[in-house]
Amino acid sequence: MNIINTLHIAIRAIFTNKSRSLLTMLGVIIGVGAVILLIAIGNGLQVYITGQFDSLGVNTITIVPGEVFSSSGGFGSRENQVAAFANNKLRYSDVRDIAKIQEVKAVAPVVLGSTKVTYQNISKSRSVVGTVAEYSIIRNTKTEKGVFFDDADNEGNRRVAVLGWNIADELFKQTDPIGKTIRINGQAFKVHGVAEKKGGGFGGPQFDDYLFIPYSTYVDIFGDTKVSQIIVQARDKEMVQSAITTIKKQLLKRLKVDEFSVFETTEILKVINQILGVLTLGLGGIAAISLVVGGIGIMNIMLVSVTERTREIGLRKALGATPNTILLQFLIESSMLSVFGGMIGVLLAWILALVINNFFPAVVTMSAIALAFGVSAGIGIIFGVAPARRASKLSPIEALRYE
Amino acid sequence: MLLHVDHVSKMYRMGDTSICALDDVSLEVDEGEYIAIMGQSGSGKSTLLQIASFLDLPTSGKIYLRGKRTETLQETELARLRNKEIGFVFQQFNLLPKTSALENVALPLVYARVSDVERVQRATAMLQQVGLGDRLQNTRAQLSGGQQQRVAIARALINNPSIIFADEPTGNLDSKSGDEIMHMFDDLHKSGKTIILVTHEHDIAQHAKRQIVMRDGHIISDTKKKKKS
Repeated sequence: MNIINTLHIAIRAIFTNKSRSLLTMLGVIIGVGAVILLIAIGNGLQVYITGQFDSLGVNTITIVPGEVFSSSGGFGSRENQVAAFANNKLRYSDVRDIAKIQEVKAVAPVVLGSTKVTYQNISKSRSVVGTVAEYSIIRNTKTEKGVFFDDADNEGNRRVAVLGWNIADELFKQTDPIGKTIRINGQAFKVHGVAEKKGGGFGGPQFDDYLFIPYSTYVDIFGDTKVSQIIVQARDKEMVQSAITTIKKQLLKRLKVDEFSVFETTEILKVINQILGVLTLGLGGIAAISLVVGGIGIMNIMLVSVTERTREIGLRKALGATPNTILLQFLIESSMLSVFGGMIGVLLAWILALVINNFFPAVVTMSAIALAFGVSAGIGIIFGVAPARRASKLSPIEALRYE
Repeated sequence: MLLHVDHVSKMYRMGDTSICALDDVSLEVDEGEYIAIMGQSGSGKSTLLQIASFLDLPTSGKIYLRGKRTETLQETELARLRNKEIGFVFQQFNLLPKTSALENVALPLVYARVSDVERVQRATAMLQQVGLGDRLQNTRAQLSGGQQQRVAIARALINNPSIIFADEPTGNLDSKSGDEIMHMFDDLHKSGKTIILVTHEHDIAQHAKRQIVMRDGHIISDTKKKKKS
């Protein structure tokens, strides 16, 4: 009795009971599919967020009002953060103070508001950012057309704007926006530039939907003297930490310790990535439970199958099948069920991931496939042992007598 | 001596009581014999057949095949003996469902590790020998009772066994098919095969050259036909 013959017998048994085999496999199909898909989505989000590191610029430091990180290491509560923005104590004077620090290469205030932007008869509600020329350096925002506004625009309270890629596309379609006049909050602005497409979304900042205007112009129009955020670029990587320390020291002269937070910009992404990693693992774990349930389904059907085929087992033994041959036959049958199920599950997850990718990042990794596939094959063997042992231990004469 | 059943007993436990199916039975079988074991149901004839064919183990006593003890062997070795030395024909035919006649006949060769090509060749030849050369691909459902039993006989013969055991081989057949099957056994005997069959029908037993009658776990008579057929 060689392995190929046993394989042949097992495949035959599976195909003789097509619908039953398929239903049995369904547990494994769903289990494997769910594990791969959930890991794919988790991975996709992590890859996406890693991509965001670039759009946030290198060696950048962010200063926001309130305490962002709780003392336990994660993010502070949402209530605290909302309250922090309501009691925002950051001012434009802080920007000037920070600019004097030696480790700092560039600094820019960011005021964020939402407004109505109109071109001819098209009108959209969008976020508007008031900032200065350094912003484009710190955030690595290049212009696709035109130029970013400069210090003179800021000092002169000029009504000029740079459009995010999406908003430019929405308002102007094929027309060249440069030099055109749009209305922001009812006031006429000249379009100076269009930013390059950055991509993004999913909870992170949607830079492509923003419009940028000079800080002083923003204050002029909206009358808001608070600064929502200060972004800073350190001279190099080694100076980031010392810059943070000096900035903290400087701000503490005027503010209390819980009234502001200073952190490396990518820090927040690192925390999100960590949380995502844990979440992916957790979700994968939950999906793995369905794999185990699928395995129990296989065991159940194999036990039924052994009982149902008692006479067949008796006959095979009478014709010379050894207990090991019978054991192998049923073990291979259960493994095949779960391996087939695993393969279908992988295929299904792959197709679903491709579809989902249109809306949401999903990255199917080889390691996830190998893991889910390996586990499913293992489950087929482990849950196949009990039924196969039962079959191999049947006494031939009693098996033959079984009705 | 081919087969020697030496003072064999078999007890079955049924709940609290134990039943003695065979009580100190001895039987000697020579090469080429054609034996019918008769008796009413519960006489122990089937139990004797099962023990003599290594399907079951005795509670006590010894069994020798060509002088070698067999009842002490492991299940794996017994399986090998059943595969090489024994051919079975059952009352219920016991063909595998949804499986062609050819594959059914070739099944013992699978366990004997015979190659694919040789299996098909030998099984085809054997089915032609039993007159089913045109039914190679038919499954159980596509064969009559008599044809199924002929496939079963082909399967029993495929490994060229030393002894053919048949348990009520005509029990599920009409008399015409039954006669055909018995003629096949007669022909096998003439070609030198050793045959042991169990039956409760007198006229079936008359085909054999030696009749053994059992009752309550004992052999009560053992007669050999004198005249040559």
